[in-house]
Amino acid sequence: MIRIAQLSCGSEYSGVQTELQKAVDSVGAELIYPEVSLEDVQDVEKRFGIEVASGDLNLAMARATRIVENPDIADAVFVATCFRCAEGAIVRSEIRKYIHENSSIPVLSYSFTERTTAETLLTRMEALVTTAKYKGLLSRERQTGLTAGIDSGSTTTKSVVMRDNEIIGTGWGPTTEVLKSAEDAYNAALKEAGVKKEEIEGLGTTGYGRHLVGKHFGAKLILEEITVNSKGAVFLADAQKGSATVIDIGGMDNKAISVQDGIPGTFTMGGICAGASGRFLELSARRLGVNITELGQLAMKGDQTKVPMNSYCIVFGTQSLVNSLSAGSKPEDVAMAACHSVAEQVFEQQLQEIEVKEPVIMVGGTSLIEGLPKAMEQLLGIKVIVPHHAQYIGCVGASLLVSGLLED
Amino acid sequence: MVKVMVYPPTSMILADLVERMGHEALVVSKEVRKKVNTIGLDSPPLNMTPEDPKKGLKYAAVDVPSGVRGRMALFGPMIEEANAAIVIKGNSCTLGCTGCARTNELTRFLLRTKRIPILELDYPTDDAEAKRFVHKIRQFLEGLK
Repeated sequence: MIRIAQLSCGSEYSGVQTELQKAVDSVGAELIYPEVSLEDVQDVEKRFGIEVASGDLNLAMARATRIVENPDIADAVFVATCFRCAEGAIVRSEIRKYIHENSSIPVLSYSFTERTTAETLLTRMEALVTTAKYKGLLSRERQTGLTAGIDSGSTTTKSVVMRDNEIIGTGWGPTTEVLKSAEDAYNAALKEAGVKKEEIEGLGTTGYGRHLVGKHFGAKLILEEITVNSKGAVFLADAQKGSATVIDIGGMDNKAISVQDGIPGTFTMGGICAGASGRFLELSARRLGVNITELGQLAMKGDQTKVPMNSYCIVFGTQSLVNSLSAGSKPEDVAMAACHSVAEQVFEQQLQEIEVKEPVIMVGGTSLIEGLPKAMEQLLGIKVIVPHHAQYIGCVGASLLVSGLLED
Repeated sequence: MVKVMVYPPTSMILADLVERMGHEALVVSKEVRKKVNTIGLDSPPLNMTPEDPKKGLKYAAVDVPSGVRGRMALFGPMIEEANAAIVIKGNSCTLGCTGCARTNELTRFLLRTKRIPILELDYPTDDAEAKRFVHKIRQFLEGLK
């Protein structure tokens, strides 16, 4: 059983400890609390580097040092503090960095409110467990045989068919009825590849609808999108060795993953507010009277500095958009401002939670909106790579990983 | 008999001193016991639920972290009930185990502004200070009616 060390402050008083336990139980793991002595807590500054006023945070840091000194006691680490606590946020971030730099144990960092539920944490916990449990499978670099992947996302459903490390068929469509959308995308990929369903040696599914779709098609591998997407991203960007950062701005949530040798190390999954998601870009395109596929090109001609827009709330963001158009702003400037607004939210809310190391790979459908990777490049000050088939990373990752199970 | 809230609200030594002098000590262990013994609740380890941080809104605004509000759902009613208080000041985070410095600050503030008899003392660091510490507490408790 995978042992997840919980290093936290406030979860029991926020009434969410039961939800954490439920999420961990549902992924077949167990929560552990590394034992430390009172002296360990009192001497935490000498061992960890900082000491804060809150006892529970000092305890969390003392536990982190115990894990680093005895890495066998935990398979993964979950660091959690209250949302809006400055002291907690500093300690959470430093614990994450400390464990990342001093061990190879995967870390998940999270700030909770009393509204945090097991469902919210499930994908994150699943990814943490997958990373700890399937290191061998995740280190796989080549796809072999004839396999397929389906990514049942919140907005779109994608599918690929791969043969001997090459993509030979793709299918795509908006997600409406989950199974029907998956069927359509899968059939389109099979048709383009010129193969029959029965010939597929292994199918992997990912995305929000992964369990339903996987069960329906008899998938050999059903995995959450964090590990699968990072695998697909480094495979397509040819960055499987060394460090990399994967940014996936989705329709409903965003993922930022720090990857080492193709395996996720630390990651965050956000999506509290729609102003930081692909939904806002969809809405902006509609308001500007262009197709979402044209928004990127329009944005590339624009200058975001001419339009004030920076909001994580889709309503306020739309208000800025409408106001600027009413004030006579050019559509291309508004389009670039919308891209910058989304990029800034991801930069401010998520990229501070992981180690941003080059190459930075942007994936998912939104990465094809050219203004968005450009805006991210400007914010980070480093080049952002958008690999070919960037919108298919989930199904490519699933197809690649499932081929590893066939050989086993 | 006077209801005396002790701070840190987890201190069993202070609670014992208060009870020995014939008063009622308001300590968090009693509040937790009520929670743990509530039939129908199953939210270990403290049986606190997401409803508790909402009850804490009476003492702290919604933008205050949920952990502070959850703790205040326990400490707030004790502060309201208190007719006197003993507050021990000490820099060590291991003094008491409320865990959260912001909750500690708010608890001390609410006790001070309640306008009840309050004894504030520094945590003793040697035997002589400890004797004076106990003596002052005893004097304070004897003076309460």
